[in-house]
Amino acid sequence: MSLFEILRSALAGVTANKLRSVLTLLGVLIGVAAVILLLAVGNGSAQTVKDAISSLGTNTLTVRGTFTNDQATALREAGLGHVDTVVPQVSTSLTVASPDTSEDSVSIIGTTADYFETGTNTIGSGDAFTDADITTSSKVVVIGQTLATTLFPTGSALGESISIDGNAYTVVGILSSQSSTTGSDANSVVIAPITRVQRSFTGFDAVSTLTIEATSSEDVSAAEAEVGIVLNQLQGTTDDTATYTITNQSSLLETQAESAESFTVLLGVVAAISLLVGGIGVTNVMLVTVTERTREIGIRKALGATRGAILGQFLAEAATLTLVGGILGVAVALIGAQYEIYGTQPVVLDYSIPLALGVSVAIGVFFGVYPAARAANMRPIQALRSI
Amino acid sequence: MSTVLSLSDIQQVYGTGDAAVHALRGINLTVEQGDYLAIMGPSGSGKSTLMNLLGCLDIASDGIYELAGHNVAELSERELARVRNEEIGFIFQSFNLVSRMTAQANVELPLVYGGVRKKERAERARAALAMVGLSDRGGHQPQQLSGGQQQRVAIARALVTNPTLLLADEPTGNLDSTSTEEILGLFDQLRDEGRTIVIITHEDEVAARAKRVIHVRDGLIAA
Repeated sequence: MSLFEILRSALAGVTANKLRSVLTLLGVLIGVAAVILLLAVGNGSAQTVKDAISSLGTNTLTVRGTFTNDQATALREAGLGHVDTVVPQVSTSLTVASPDTSEDSVSIIGTTADYFETGTNTIGSGDAFTDADITTSSKVVVIGQTLATTLFPTGSALGESISIDGNAYTVVGILSSQSSTTGSDANSVVIAPITRVQRSFTGFDAVSTLTIEATSSEDVSAAEAEVGIVLNQLQGTTDDTATYTITNQSSLLETQAESAESFTVLLGVVAAISLLVGGIGVTNVMLVTVTERTREIGIRKALGATRGAILGQFLAEAATLTLVGGILGVAVALIGAQYEIYGTQPVVLDYSIPLALGVSVAIGVFFGVYPAARAANMRPIQALRSI
Repeated sequence: MSTVLSLSDIQQVYGTGDAAVHALRGINLTVEQGDYLAIMGPSGSGKSTLMNLLGCLDIASDGIYELAGHNVAELSERELARVRNEEIGFIFQSFNLVSRMTAQANVELPLVYGGVRKKERAERARAALAMVGLSDRGGHQPQQLSGGQQQRVAIARALVTNPTLLLADEPTGNLDSTSTEEILGLFDQLRDEGRTIVIITHEDEVAARAKRVIHVRDGLIAA
């Protein structure tokens, strides 16, 4: 018997009892679809975290502590091999008002023009302030998008004047939209020249945060070490007595990504169980089929079917059931993955499709072996005698 | 004339110890090519057991059964399947057609297991159906055919491999008298062609057509 004929006869067997085949197929379909879809959901949430990492700028370090302007400048000009730029920042939280409305507790960041070169802090419209604005402590600001629309709901904020704690500032630029994965709303900020903020609000010569941009994402750890050495020298401390902390935010998010991945595995296991249950359904139906077709098996044996031919026939039937169920399951999963599930856009893992299909066919064969072997080992006279 | 099959001192015992049932107690029988043998006997006589042995559906507990030169007891499972496929054409009382296959597909089935190519299979099956006068019924499913027609399909299926031995078990047991006459006529025709036929029956009119009749009683051939 050729392979094609085995398949054709298997198909005939499967279609002989359509309702039963469809129900069995449904079990496999749900199992396969669940495996692919749940893995896709897990992967999707891991992907979201990874996107957040890349939006943060994977090559940035944040150093918090108390520094002087000179120390910040010294660090920038130390010529560290793995450090691209050092952006000093001071921050506070104040009331910001437009002629129409006001907003309490807005975070005010004083920094240099380099700030707009790091991470995703890019200008959406208007311009950044310049080095000249730093030197002259100009009263100009760049504000976040949310804040811009809150303060000026009817028109553009560009060129308008806002008051920060009673002082008037001119809006020269608006940030592009930021993803707000880091907790506080990154779209509701005021960014002003560091010299201005120090003079007006936080006190002269105190820098609270240094954002370090490494030369590349692989160099972040090396940059972290270099920055530590220089800061210890500048402040006369050791690693043990240091009063500053260096955080590598991408490493923090990587931990989150890892937990998202283990979540994916957990989902996969749950889905695999449903696939297993589908497989047991296949065994059940194949056992019924074998019992029902005992007489046919007897006839086939009397006509010269070998044990292998009978085994092949029933195995092929089980495999056909699971293969068709598997293919439909893949289709359902791919359609389902187009939609957002619990706020997560599923991202189908490439390997999950051949995996789920392969496993479903393997399950068909594995769970089909017992019924098929029972059929193949029947003695022809017994098989023929049954009605 | 060559010998198709020979049984010598065939015994068949089911069960062991006190529960042992001696279905056959020493059968000696030879069938030559072209023979038309009827085996008769009441139910429980052991004639069905004998039929199963002749058809290689069961193996005797003791004795030697040679079919077309093979010692059946020494054949492996696979070789037995091949002997059933090539040497024997079965005709059953209840026709035993596979219900969800057409007449044509049923007749092709032994050729499928014999490894015959699709095209040749279709031709040979058509020829076999023509021989039993059912050329126009190839596309029908068994349930669309009358009993007599179903049995004729079964005979076509038995003939299609051109077997050494045609083995019929009560072939007219489920048929009315018209169909019985039809089938017996077909057997006569096969006999005239020189086919070797062994028919198991309890009907005298069936046995009357045979060249030779033996009676089985209590597991032995009665004189």
